[in-house]
Parts: sequence; C-alpha cells; structure tokens
Amino acid sequence: MAILLHADTPVIVQGITGREGTFHAQQMQALGTRLVGGVSPSRAGTVHLGVPVFATVAQAVRETGATASGIFVPPAFAADAIMEAVAAGISLVVCITEGIPIQDMIRVKDFMRCYPEAKLVGPNCPGVLTPGQAKIGIIPQRFSRPGPVGIVSRSGTLTYETMAALTAAGLGQSTIVGIGGDPVLGLSFTDVIRLFECDDETTHLVVIGEIGGSDEERAAEVLARGTRLQVVAFISGRTAPEGKRMGHAGAIVSGNRGTARSKEEAFRAAGVAVAETTDQIVELLTKR
Amino acid sequence: MKLLEYQAKEVLASLGVPIPAGQVARTPEEAARACAELGPVAVKAQVPVGGRGKAGGVVVARTPEEARAAAERIIGMDIKGHRVPLVYCEAALEIEREIYLGLTVDRDARANILMLSARGGMDIEQVAEETPAAIARLYPNPWRGPLDFEVNQLIWEAGLGEHARELAPLIKRLYRTVPEYDAVTAEINPLVVTAEGRIVAGDAKLETDENAAFRHRDLEERYATTLEGDPLEVEAGRRNLTYVSLDGEIGIIGNGAGLCMGTLDLVARAGGRAANFCDIGGGARAEVVENALAVILMNPKVKGILINVFGGITRGDEVARGLVSARDRLGLRLPLVVRLSGTNEEEGRAILEEHGIVPGASGWEAAKKIVELTR
Repeated sequence: MAILLHADTPVIVQGITGREGTFHAQQMQALGTRLVGGVSPSRAGTVHLGVPVFATVAQAVRETGATASGIFVPPAFAADAIMEAVAAGISLVVCITEGIPIQDMIRVKDFMRCYPEAKLVGPNCPGVLTPGQAKIGIIPQRFSRPGPVGIVSRSGTLTYETMAALTAAGLGQSTIVGIGGDPVLGLSFTDVIRLFECDDETTHLVVIGEIGGSDEERAAEVLARGTRLQVVAFISGRTAPEGKRMGHAGAIVSGNRGTARSKEEAFRAAGVAVAETTDQIVELLTKR
Repeated sequence: MKLLEYQAKEVLASLGVPIPAGQVARTPEEAARACAELGPVAVKAQVPVGGRGKAGGVVVARTPEEARAAAERIIGMDIKGHRVPLVYCEAALEIEREIYLGLTVDRDARANILMLSARGGMDIEQVAEETPAAIARLYPNPWRGPLDFEVNQLIWEAGLGEHARELAPLIKRLYRTVPEYDAVTAEINPLVVTAEGRIVAGDAKLETDENAAFRHRDLEERYATTLEGDPLEVEAGRRNLTYVSLDGEIGIIGNGAGLCMGTLDLVARAGGRAANFCDIGGGARAEVVENALAVILMNPKVKGILINVFGGITRGDEVARGLVSARDRLGLRLPLVVRLSGTNEEEGRAILEEHGIVPGASGWEAAKKIVELTR
C-alpha cells in the first residue's frame, strides 16, 4: 500500500522546464512515476519530457486529473506555487525548494487551513519515494527497494544513507518521507507517523530527527500512546552549540529548547529505541 | 541578520517606536562628547548576543570623563566570543516601570506570536517557565496583522490596561517589522515607562530572516559591514559554504546538514572535538570540496580533517578524484580521513587508497580513525 504516493498517482511538476525540474522529473519518470504534465507559464503549450506543459496548475489539473505536484521553483516564488497547487485541488504538494522566507511559509500555513484535505511535504526537503512505485523529489531511488520499513526524516543525505544501509541489510522500504529542514513545515513527524500507522504494509519505522523545535517530542508523545510499529529513532546534532544555525534553518538550539537530549529522552520515555549512530539504526531495527 | 541594539533601534524608530536619544561612539572621545551633549548616559557595548550587562558591558556615566573611561574599557572587550566594536551612549532614563514586548516565530504553532508582560527587564524565558500566566500572547493573522481589538485584548490580559493608549500603537508598529523587514525576532525588553509617563524602548533586539535577505538589500547595505562576525564564517559565506566555527581541532566536511551534524556527533563520541561544521550541500562537486578544504585550512587549530560524503547523483569515484586533486593543489599535509558512501563507493575508496588517503568503512570507523590520527 505505502503512504501518500503510489504507482497510479497522477503527478505534475511545477517548474518542469528548469534545469533542476527537468533532471528530477526524468528521474521520477525512470522509476515509473505517472508523470502527466508540468507547469511553466513561459513554456505553456509545449511538450517537455513527453508530457504537456501548462501555464497554470488549475489548467493542468483540469486537463490531466493530476492529484499530486512536485515544486521545483526558486524560493521567491515557491510559496505562491504551493498555494496555487492547493487552490487548484492538488491533494499532495511536495516542495523541494530550499530558502523560502519563513513569513511566506507562515502565510502558506494559514492559507492551507481552508484546504484541510491538502497535504504539504516540505519545503527544503528531498521529497517522497515509494520504492518500486513512484517518487516526487530528489531521493536517489537506486539505494531503495520495496519492503516494510517506513522512513520519516528532517534530513536529506542522512536519509539516503539510512535507506542504503537498510537496503544493503535486505530491509526494503514502504515509503520514505523527507519532511524538510525548515522551521515552518507542512506535514510534521506526527502527521506522517499517523499515516504509517494506518498502512498495513509498514511494520517498522525509522524516525530521523535533528535539533531545533519540538516536533520530535510531540511525535514521541503520540508513539507513547501505543503503536503497532517497531520504531527506531535517531537524532542528529547532539554536539551542536546553542544559538548556532547548523545548516538547516530549523536546526538551532535556543536556550534549553530543541536539544538532542530532550528529543532522545522523549523517545526513550515513549519506549522507542534510540540509535546513537546511524550504523545502529539497522542493528536496532532487526533486533527483538 | 542579527542587528546590534542601536541598529535595531534605528529601524524601530523609523517605524514610529519611541526610543531615547542616543549616539554611537567608536572611540572614548566620541563617548565623552555624546555625554556632554546628552547629559548622563548609559554606555552600552554593541554585540549581537544577550547577557552583556552581566559581562560588564553596560555602565552608567554621569560626566563626560566617566563616559570616556567606560568606553575605554568596553570597546574591544570580549563578550561571549564577540569583540565589542563600538558603544551606544544613550540618555539615562528615569524608570518608573519595565514592560516586556516581543515578537517571534512560534515554531510549534507555525505562526508569529506577539508577547506582552508586565514583568519586563527580566529574562523572558525564565518568566515563561516560572509564571507562564504573566505573559499575554497573541497570534496575529499573517495576512492582515494584528487587529485593534486583538491588541487591546493583549494589553488588558497582560494587566497593562492603564497604558493601553500608548501601548496599542507601539505594538502595531513593532509588528511592522514583520511585513517590512521579515523579522523573525523583534523584542523590546525592557519597554520603559519613564517617570514623566512616556513609554520608550530601553533595549531592542531585531533579527531578520536570512532567507528573505533578497527583499531587504537596503538593510544589508546599511548594517552588514558593522557586524564583525567570525572571520572564517565570513570567508566561508563568501564562498557560498554553510560553515559554523567550533572550538575543537578536527575539521569536518559533510554534504547535507543532517549528515554533517551527525558527523560532529560521531567525532565527539570517538573522543575528539570538531573545529567546525561545514555543509557543502547535496552534491559533492570537486571545486566545492576544494573551497571547503581551503577555508578549514585557514584555521591554525586544525590538526586533521574528516570528510563524510554520501554520493547520490554525484558518483563516489568522481568525488574521490576531486578530493585527491584538491588535496594536491592545496598541498594538504594534515591527516585526512574520508568516508564515502552511495553511488560507486567501492571505486571511490579504491582511488582514495591508491593516493594515500585513509578511507573509513563507516562514519563511526572514520571518526575513530581521525581522532586517533590527531591525538
């Protein structure tokens, strides 16, 4: 079953004619993603990568029946692109763009309250990959294979590394969701964990968090109430100093809030196994 | 961008927030002159961190001589790793009452939050912990900003109804820092009620969103040069690297923020101390790696370097070749351990070994190795 994205999900790419958009749309097609169109106002009416290019998301939805969209547009225009997709009736919006102003995202979140059915993944994220079926985003699919492990993560490369280690150990993945490294995000850990909880094919879950905010602590609270999944958590940034932004805009410890320690303790208290290094993730997942 | 107090006050004043009279002084003479003009002043160190009062960075001077002496002592002083480049001399206030007014992003709520408290002048995080009810909160709609009645409610809930007439416009002006400057933090603590009943900003903090810098080039032009940052961080910024200085001796390069942070953790776990955080971004192109190495080598404390890279689109053999040539071009002699994973990792490792670079089998193995080599 997997979550969010399946082999038959009709997908469009906003910014499909750009360099990044083109490259990753091709990769998405190579995996078998049902790419049905793209949006790029300046190239409307043309065909790119074998699919029609539209001027607006609304047109693309009307003509192709797309229900999911991947956004590869520059940061200054990305927030508007998200809202355009949501308003056009897209139910899964995956925004890869890094560097969107935080106030733009706060307005997007407020805007989305009127579209409770729409789900946003990201921004500043690697996207969603359902191995063997489809992907939206930039996760390198060659390190994945279908299986029972769900992954939800704030990081990009750390996720790829974990996915590769799982695959090497013979553990396939149901869906991999990169929720992004920004302070204001679409889906949270909690939202994604709830989706995995309802997916029969997912039996194991890896949660990769990092310093900053308290989404991990909230996820731990949800898991503490009981879960059928076998969960392993990993938190990166234990040794990060206070007040310094560690690469991701969202990865910052302020005062004693957002520390790795508090997140790890929350998971342990919820009965979740906490890996101290990424090597231990596979180890802990196969134990028991 | 984190502005200094006087810069934050200039911005707030331009939005109509009342501030006391003040002058910037780069020398003790300028401080003495400011005092001669303004009367008794507070001589305040200008650094982008809190806690300067406790560090001796704020002194009240009654006479020009006192102001000169205070500035003499404060300019050049080190406060939490920041050298004080200048002081701000501000007319001393007769304080009747201190209020807290702050605006920041509440990450959990994914919204802006305005906070007002009658318990000003204290560390607001401590107030929040000890007496959370003493802080009134408002989440303004991000499209239209706070409405009059919402601001009025905030004031009365904070128990400050008697000052409503002066506070209401002031709060709305502070909020203007969001639409006008993409503020992520704007704080006035204390907001001072003077003996004459005026309300002025005693201190001010303003931090703007780096991601929105493209909308505020003017702000950067006006203030960026005064902000003395860590020289390596500044240099790395010029080379488009995400770099944070730390105080250990092992230089770190990783691709991706999470992987890079994880690498710092591994080094600490292995008993070493990282000299920096350096994220070269998703790919691992040769010139980017070389840039990163060059910046790390500018740090004389570095005794060895650990590179942890996952090659997704960039192939491991490409990364390895780029690394070898970067090392040779820079004449790098320090111990270097590289952990490559992902596409063509075996080929990459073979190339490294061939050229005398130690490959790590896993991040953990690599961390242990570099710690051993730099001991």
